[in-house]
Amino acid sequence: MTTTAFKDPVREASPGAATRERRRTGRIRRAGLPYLLLLPALVLELLVHLVPMVIGIIMSFKELTQFYIRDWGTAPWSGFSNYKVSVDFNAPVGNALLHSFFVTVGFTLLSVGLCWLIGTAAAVFMQDSFRGRGLLRALFLVPYALPVYAAVITWVFMFQHDNGLVNHVLHDQLHLTGKPSFWLIGDNSFYALLTVSVWKGWPFAFLIVMAGLQNIPRELYEAAALDGAGTWQQIRRITLPSLRPVNQVLVLVLFLWTFNDFNTPYVLFGRSAPDAADLISVHIYQASFVTWNFGTGSAMSVLLLLFLLVVTGTYLLVTSRGRRASDG
Amino acid sequence: MAPSRSFTWSRRIFLTLLTGFVLIPVYVMISSSLKPLADVTGKFRWLPSGLTIRPYIDIWSTVPLARYFVNSLIVAGAATVCSVVIAVFAAYAVSRYEFRGKRVFTVTVLSTQMFPGILFLLPLFLLYVNIGNATGIALFGSRGGLILTYLTFSLPFSIWMLIGYFDSVPRDLDEAALVDGCGPLGALLRIVVPAAIPGIVAVAVYAFMTAWGEVLFASVMTNDTTRTLAVGLQGYSTLNNVYWNQIMAASLVVSVPVVAGFLLLQRYLVAGLTAGAVK
Repeated sequence: MTTTAFKDPVREASPGAATRERRRTGRIRRAGLPYLLLLPALVLELLVHLVPMVIGIIMSFKELTQFYIRDWGTAPWSGFSNYKVSVDFNAPVGNALLHSFFVTVGFTLLSVGLCWLIGTAAAVFMQDSFRGRGLLRALFLVPYALPVYAAVITWVFMFQHDNGLVNHVLHDQLHLTGKPSFWLIGDNSFYALLTVSVWKGWPFAFLIVMAGLQNIPRELYEAAALDGAGTWQQIRRITLPSLRPVNQVLVLVLFLWTFNDFNTPYVLFGRSAPDAADLISVHIYQASFVTWNFGTGSAMSVLLLLFLLVVTGTYLLVTSRGRRASDG
Repeated sequence: MAPSRSFTWSRRIFLTLLTGFVLIPVYVMISSSLKPLADVTGKFRWLPSGLTIRPYIDIWSTVPLARYFVNSLIVAGAATVCSVVIAVFAAYAVSRYEFRGKRVFTVTVLSTQMFPGILFLLPLFLLYVNIGNATGIALFGSRGGLILTYLTFSLPFSIWMLIGYFDSVPRDLDEAALVDGCGPLGALLRIVVPAAIPGIVAVAVYAFMTAWGEVLFASVMTNDTTRTLAVGLQGYSTLNNVYWNQIMAASLVVSVPVVAGFLLLQRYLVAGLTAGAVK
């Protein structure tokens, strides 16, 4: 998340010709060293990210069904037909993909917005010390620390139609609903997914904002208090503006994680999610592994990647943080 | 100056509601794990009709939980150690040296963060199968393949954070070590790494949690003997019955080590994020 300048002005200006001379020979002798240090990371990134990506792109141009999976190189080329199927929004496959895309966008915007809002509010409220702050801070990090499957499976239990807590509270105790609702199928599943996603995701925003708050100099608040600014005014005029660079990174990271999230919907709904909560990752998984059409699944993945590249690129260009990052 | 009354009241209300939201699932997990089966198959009850530790005994025999536990421990532990070591070297190179291709490297590493995991799943599966056929190294279905996959998940974030952290360690320190005759590795291990411990711990916690909680690759790339907890927990649902009390007990057993470790190290995490990521 950081991309400060890598050059050290102090070293650049260091005096002494002898030292400089010694450094230069040292520099030459060690010219290969940075590459050596990077080598393991490079090999792994190549093996596990870049090579599979290339394979994925190749696959998206092939007619890759279960018959060819053992020896996928022999699958016949199909040109752009996988892409045509994916973006033909009048046909079932394309139409379902478009639907899933809109569900994912809506879900991501809501989830990121809520996570950011709750996380920021909690961090700002807990900036000053009060009794029990340490305990609360630890409690608030629990959803983030819990393994996804353990946490989400608890929510599955709570959302059960007959023996779940949610229906018990909403129907039996508060009488808010006429009859017990279904939460994991039908339209309600969107809200169930959103609730779980926010519950799991907001502590990360909390953590990052908390870290960001520690970089705001106390003197700013003292000066503002002397000038007569109240607590709320200080938050609006000092805290929130100071957090802007942190927020720009935070929102991007939250967006990418939420948009690509597979674990939460997969544990919540299983291999095929209900229409209302059909996130794109699960949708592609289903297109590939359940209906056994890996070529189309790959084409969808590539389209998704292009979309994310465009969104992220635009975002980085628009935010000042991104401009600095690309200069780094 | 003391905060205003409206601020303290808003704080109380907000934090109370949030605590409820956070804790209710935790309470459900704990209380249901102590309920008899009849309690979790009927209407939900806030309080158990009778406490029992039966679920904690049964979880080990309903599914081979101990084996899944060991698998998860090996996979997540190995992935964490490897990922931290590799990230330390890479971040040191980027932080301390000027070299051709530095920007390409950092941008590439960072951009892998944005790729959907689903994009890699099938190609990686095919790649591991092909490597296995060609060299006899079993990656698919083995713990090794999963370790390899997981350690690259946390690698970009780890490198990213450690670059920032190493940048914050004064260069004069390791320059002095170099002048005094330390090799570059000596300077890294004796000066930079000790000064960057909070960042390294933060990265290790992140790597471990990522590996411990991953579901997608674990569900495709493991077999009966290498299955991790992420997949193994599904075994408590049979055709006849869903043993919710056992699921909750197992979830708790699975969570306690991670949550405890995380809470113990959370100070490091905030410190690590402050220096490394939020500058």
